[in-house]
Amino acid sequence: MKLDKKIATRQSYGEALLELGKDNNEIVVFDADLATATKTNLFAKEFPKRFFEMGIAEQNMFGVAAGMSTCGKIPYVSTFAVFAAGRAYDQVRNSICYPKLNVKICATHAGVTVGEDGATHQMLEDISLMRTLPNMTVLCTSDDIQTRWAVKEIANINGPVYLRLCRLATPIIYDETQKFELGKAIQFGNGTDATLFATGVTVSVALKAKEMLKEEGINVRVVDMHTIKPIDEDIIVKCANETDRLISVEDHNVIGGLGSAIAEVLATKAPKKLERLGIQDKFGKSGKAEELMHYFGIDCNAICEHYKQGMQL
Amino acid sequence: MEITKIQEIEEKAKQIRIEIVKQVYNARSGHPGGSLSIADIMSVLYFNEMNIDEKNPNLEDRDRFVLSKGHCVAALYSALALRGYFSMEDLSKFRKIDGNLQGHPDMTKVPGIDMSTGSLGQGISAAVGMAIAGKLDNKNYRVYTILGDGEIEEGQVWEAAMSANKYKLDNLCVIVDNNNLQIDGTIEEVIGLNKIEEKFKSFGFETFTIDGHNFEEIIRAFGKAKDTKGKPTCIIAKTVKGKGVSFMENKVEWHGKAPNDEEFKQAINDVFWDGAKKHH
Repeated sequence: MKLDKKIATRQSYGEALLELGKDNNEIVVFDADLATATKTNLFAKEFPKRFFEMGIAEQNMFGVAAGMSTCGKIPYVSTFAVFAAGRAYDQVRNSICYPKLNVKICATHAGVTVGEDGATHQMLEDISLMRTLPNMTVLCTSDDIQTRWAVKEIANINGPVYLRLCRLATPIIYDETQKFELGKAIQFGNGTDATLFATGVTVSVALKAKEMLKEEGINVRVVDMHTIKPIDEDIIVKCANETDRLISVEDHNVIGGLGSAIAEVLATKAPKKLERLGIQDKFGKSGKAEELMHYFGIDCNAICEHYKQGMQL
Repeated sequence: MEITKIQEIEEKAKQIRIEIVKQVYNARSGHPGGSLSIADIMSVLYFNEMNIDEKNPNLEDRDRFVLSKGHCVAALYSALALRGYFSMEDLSKFRKIDGNLQGHPDMTKVPGIDMSTGSLGQGISAAVGMAIAGKLDNKNYRVYTILGDGEIEEGQVWEAAMSANKYKLDNLCVIVDNNNLQIDGTIEEVIGLNKIEEKFKSFGFETFTIDGHNFEEIIRAFGKAKDTKGKPTCIIAKTVKGKGVSFMENKVEWHGKAPNDEEFKQAINDVFWDGAKKHH
């Protein structure tokens, strides 16, 4: 992990989308007056004819994208996660998922790491809402390299995809040579004291916690669950069998998110206690992203403390 | 237009109405009122206006149709079956567990359906997307979408209208089925829409208000819509909910219920003997 170089996944998305647009003429991009924030402005500048600014009207935007996909286009549709999965939920459900249309929903500004804008703009329920929809594939990428892979990879899926992206700049975790596979999580280390399941912004945090715990002689492994749906059941069962404790960490409500998805697998395939770190059924609040991660107990110190408290029990 | 062609379209409209009534009766559920009010428009679309091929339902250059008021799908199924997209017998499976004809349009199950709809306000957005795609690829196809007047209470409709204006979608023809009734009462009682035509006009549409049961007017409006360049078009069709079935006409309660045995016989009789002519 290169801690010195940080980049937000929204930025990686914008840059990868531009590259994808050069390779594939069927790619069209939509935004709802947030192109400078979601970084679709990079694509818009290069391919103005294939970029559709739909104004502050997200419900229509997703419907238009659905219609366009029936004509062979591959729409990448961006806005903040709270508007994509929240405001336009019914459009995503009925106009995109039900007819299994080829629309890629690339939602930025997910989680409390949005920061100062506060609760109304910090989407903490999107994984929950999106993964419950039939036909939907759900991804939440953890760094620049993985996001670039995901942006290209999802074009190959013939159906709806929700890609969860973040505003906060986070460390680059992977080398350029890293191979990714949809639905296959990535394991770091073979520690048996615990597994830290993470997704998106919490992966680099978990990796830091792993190093901190190592200094105290505690060996944990980290699993980057970049694909939330279909979830990698095998790795969950394997870790349940190989490690003493299972802990999930997410910048999302613990209800319905990564922890819940893992718990569903554990309950049916490998019953074992799961400790869920995340936003404990609350709305977010204003503050700096790092402060909020500490406040809501999803930074590396919180993970380490949680682990040690569990030892004393 | 020759008299014989209009008679042919009129005859198809009558058959569409009969099949609507039969479907809803067989299913013991469905939406006869709003299906009957669009029967004449559907007949013109499927037997005169649209450039479609029932043998190649996914033809790239075909005209598209989106039934934004998806609950009135019985009218669409009737038109598709009569046109030959699937067999007339399939209509007996409307809303049944062992058939493909869902209670609302499902593009993945039925040939000829260009968009799955049902949640009101969404179909027009999909139609806008199809029209933009046509412009992008320099295609000549046209996109038609029928909305209910109650449906345009959905905010999304006006979001879609703004985008149709922005992209100057002269290949898009929006039809508002203005029968003045919705589930909880008249449009006026429920919320009130004031002047529908002026609303669309102010959103940048070329508008035409017509009698939605007068075939010559419907055909002429589609022609004018086609001749309009540089802006989207909207046809406000003044219609009668339940049109063609005496006891359903202008009755709110026939929005979403099926006729019993007696009512069924009477309804078929009404359509058969009077058809749409009665009110001309």
